[in-house]
Amino acid sequence: MRLGSEGIEDLQRRYKVFLIVGLIGFLVLVLRMWHLQIIKGGEFSRLSKHNRIRIREIPASRGMILDRRGRILIDNRPSFEVLLVPEDILDMKKTTEFLHRILQVTPQEVAKRLEANKHRPPFKPIRIQSDISRLHLALFKTHHLDLPGLIVDVRPRRAYNYDHMASHLVGYLGEIDGHELKQSRFKGYKMGDFIGKYGVEQHWEPFLKGMDGGRQVEVDALGREIKVLRRAEPYPGNNVLLTIDLDLQMTCETLLEGKEGVIVAMNPQNGKILAMASHPSYDPSLFAGGINHDDWENLIQNPFYPLQNRAIQGQYAPGSVFKIITAIAGLEEGVISPQEILSCGGSYRFGNRTYRCWRKGGHGKVQLHRALVESCDVFFYQVGQRLGIDRLAKYARGFGFGKPTGVSLNDEKPGLIPSSEWKKKTYGEDWYEGETLSCAIGQGFVLVTPLQLLNAISAIATEGILYLPQLVERIERANGKVLKSYKPISIGKIPISPETLMIIREALSGVVNEAHGTGRVARIKGVTVSGKTGTAQVISLKEDVAEEDVPYEHRDHAWFVAYAPMENPIISVAVLVEHGGHGASASAPLARKVIQKYLNNLKEEGKFPPLIARGRELDSPDSRDFVR
Amino acid sequence: MIDRRLLTHFDWPLLILVLIISFIGVFNLYSATFGEVESHLYAKQILWIGIGLALAIFITVFDYRFYRDFAYIFYGISLILLMGVFIYHAINPEVSRWIKIGPVFLQPAELAKIAIILALAKYFDRFPKKDGYQLRELILPFIILLVPSLMVAKQPDLGTAISLLLIGFSIVLFVKIKWKSLAIMIIGVISTLPFLWNFLMPYQKKRVLTFFRPELDPLGAGYHIIQSKIAIGSGGILGKGFLKGTQCKLHFIPAQHTDFVFSVWAEEWGLAGGLILLALYLFLIAWGANISFRSKDRFGAIVAFGFVSMVFWHVMINIGMALGMMPVVGMPLPFMSYGGSAVISMMAGVGFLLNISMRRYVF
Repeated sequence: MRLGSEGIEDLQRRYKVFLIVGLIGFLVLVLRMWHLQIIKGGEFSRLSKHNRIRIREIPASRGMILDRRGRILIDNRPSFEVLLVPEDILDMKKTTEFLHRILQVTPQEVAKRLEANKHRPPFKPIRIQSDISRLHLALFKTHHLDLPGLIVDVRPRRAYNYDHMASHLVGYLGEIDGHELKQSRFKGYKMGDFIGKYGVEQHWEPFLKGMDGGRQVEVDALGREIKVLRRAEPYPGNNVLLTIDLDLQMTCETLLEGKEGVIVAMNPQNGKILAMASHPSYDPSLFAGGINHDDWENLIQNPFYPLQNRAIQGQYAPGSVFKIITAIAGLEEGVISPQEILSCGGSYRFGNRTYRCWRKGGHGKVQLHRALVESCDVFFYQVGQRLGIDRLAKYARGFGFGKPTGVSLNDEKPGLIPSSEWKKKTYGEDWYEGETLSCAIGQGFVLVTPLQLLNAISAIATEGILYLPQLVERIERANGKVLKSYKPISIGKIPISPETLMIIREALSGVVNEAHGTGRVARIKGVTVSGKTGTAQVISLKEDVAEEDVPYEHRDHAWFVAYAPMENPIISVAVLVEHGGHGASASAPLARKVIQKYLNNLKEEGKFPPLIARGRELDSPDSRDFVR
Repeated sequence: MIDRRLLTHFDWPLLILVLIISFIGVFNLYSATFGEVESHLYAKQILWIGIGLALAIFITVFDYRFYRDFAYIFYGISLILLMGVFIYHAINPEVSRWIKIGPVFLQPAELAKIAIILALAKYFDRFPKKDGYQLRELILPFIILLVPSLMVAKQPDLGTAISLLLIGFSIVLFVKIKWKSLAIMIIGVISTLPFLWNFLMPYQKKRVLTFFRPELDPLGAGYHIIQSKIAIGSGGILGKGFLKGTQCKLHFIPAQHTDFVFSVWAEEWGLAGGLILLALYLFLIAWGANISFRSKDRFGAIVAFGFVSMVFWHVMINIGMALGMMPVVGMPLPFMSYGGSAVISMMAGVGFLLNISMRRYVF
């Protein structure tokens, strides 16, 4: 026993074994080093010169975007790209000359691309031009063999089967930038990758992307591929099936042609968007290979904001559509009863100001039902006055106004529901009661987005449930297996009693179907359409100016919101035509065509039997009582 | 506290050996990051070595039996800090292995290495079993080992988790486990593996498979391994010379200053350089084993053995990986890889070895 060690003899017996094991471990490392550095040293030395083992990417094709019935809106097509590996180039001058002559790429552009990729890993190819034509490809192929460092590669590129259609909804792609590369959600992305920058492409990026593959290749001293050592197959992205109905979307796009405006349609039973068209729009294929500077400038400097998705980013005064909310708040708060009669003489005097009704002669004695049907302003001035702004605001918020709906699209605007507290905070001023009168008919400070209005009317159309507007029905793998289905998500219940709901629904049906209803243009034979017109003032005008004399940019915006069939609504629509004038004339016909198209399609597919059943229902004595 | 007699017994050869390897490490880092954005890393590494040395000297001040008294408390603190990692990650999603205390960034997984060695040594010192432990008596040590290992694996830092497990099992073998218990344990683990395998998601299975067979991932780990082998192999007998390694200079080697630092060294200095480095590590391990062997008590012997096994496994796995014989897993090469936490925890281990070595004659 050694000095100092006590009671560890049992341990001391084992060192020998451990040392032997350790020595064997070291011996294995030494043998392996011998193997790599001496026996295979020559081979590895050859491979190390000019980096003979390289990776050539095989990009995954991005998932397709389809409509609810599986019709392809966006898929991919092959695009031939010219790539350059600066390390392999022998004669840069000759190479740039060649690029200029054959592909019309100026030396300045080449220099710019090189500069932009200064920090890339060595030997990583730089994209010089994408999507070259077959003719250029043929020219290139016959000439480039004596120019090492130039490669042609084929990669999938977005193909838009319907051009502009639903471009705000599906969005567009762009090259990933340095800032995005640093974010954790883009882990695994490389420089030069394309990502969704807007719309569904952006929000469903993780599903659409797929997994890039690649080949590990050995190249010769000039960078030419000799053999493929290993291969990893790319894995295509998942397909996204939208809730959009292609036919309906096309109808909406056609209806909006040449106008600025929005049409959004939804299934009120579950919040799924059936169509969303915003005009003017843009061509997403401009972005497919990275948008060029001029095209981008054109888009952002266009005075009609083609990049704006008006359905979620356009904030407009709701105009008379908002009277629905005022009516509900009035009934629920008990400040007005369905039977109470107020009189309208064409204007209403409050303080030292006169608030006009849109009908100069006035509506005479009106009850709530007729006030909504004929959209009497004076009636609702009085209801608003009795309510006060804060009670009105409380109800408006209950219908989802004043905050984004939460739809999966970026930059959704919240709109604005004013209150006395808001005014104090924003302007440092007290609320004037006169302002309540404007708000009660949807003018003044009140701002809503078309989608908010659609969502609110959908809740009224059904059981009073506000649904999260959804754009995607389900996600499928490339082999068709369903990866994820989206269920309806309720985001709240509107503050309304069943009795009030009945009264409002009757009135909205009256707007379209009664003799003096403002929305009579939206009538469809055999189906009870319900709706409400609205006119949003852009600026307040003096009386007696003929519509055609008003400059275009000062003309009113025209609203129409509707749902059908009244008894069991399966579609709701919001239409806004900017500077269209009156809701009744500019927007209601569009809404009618959208509803008609949708119901016809369902009928053709035999999926709309309830219509007949409801026809009978309407004729039954009790429901006629109902209609009054 | 410090007795003059202690100074005469100070283990200079150990300290000098560690300094030589550290010097080679800094020298090699200079080359690995030469001409890069992070070319100043070698200077920072000198700072880490300095801090590590100061810590090592500080550890030698108190008798190592003093640390035995605090082993469990220290272990508890390291568990709390590991928990802190998850909280810190929840607040800063970009950071996954670190916590910040005041101005200091800390990698609690490195602390856990020391804490596990001390806690296990304390346990086995208190309940010595000269004819070997039975499974029942090893339940507590396994808990001591597995809790932090799983937490570290979850961070996720697979390399450090494996390192913790290897150190822990080495200690268990060292204090002796009964043959029968060992056999039961091995059979138990092997028989549950297929069962666990079925629980994994396909992508997890794929990850495990590529872990053992990097060539299944020709664009990622497989490519790195090939490039590392090309770098080392092309070094030949004498290497390409200082700053002349082409593979590493051109970034074909990922993490050439941390996990793949050996590839840089072997490319530039060849088989000769590689053998010298291996010899230095072997010498360090043998020296440390000798300290353990001559330690005056059980606690010291186990602690010293723990740190020696830590160096051994890191050398084996790191170099084995660079040579393409081991799964690709982030385990730093002691005193060679860049990294403050790793350098400091290794130096702390050196501090314990020095401590045990210089007190072996003192009662």
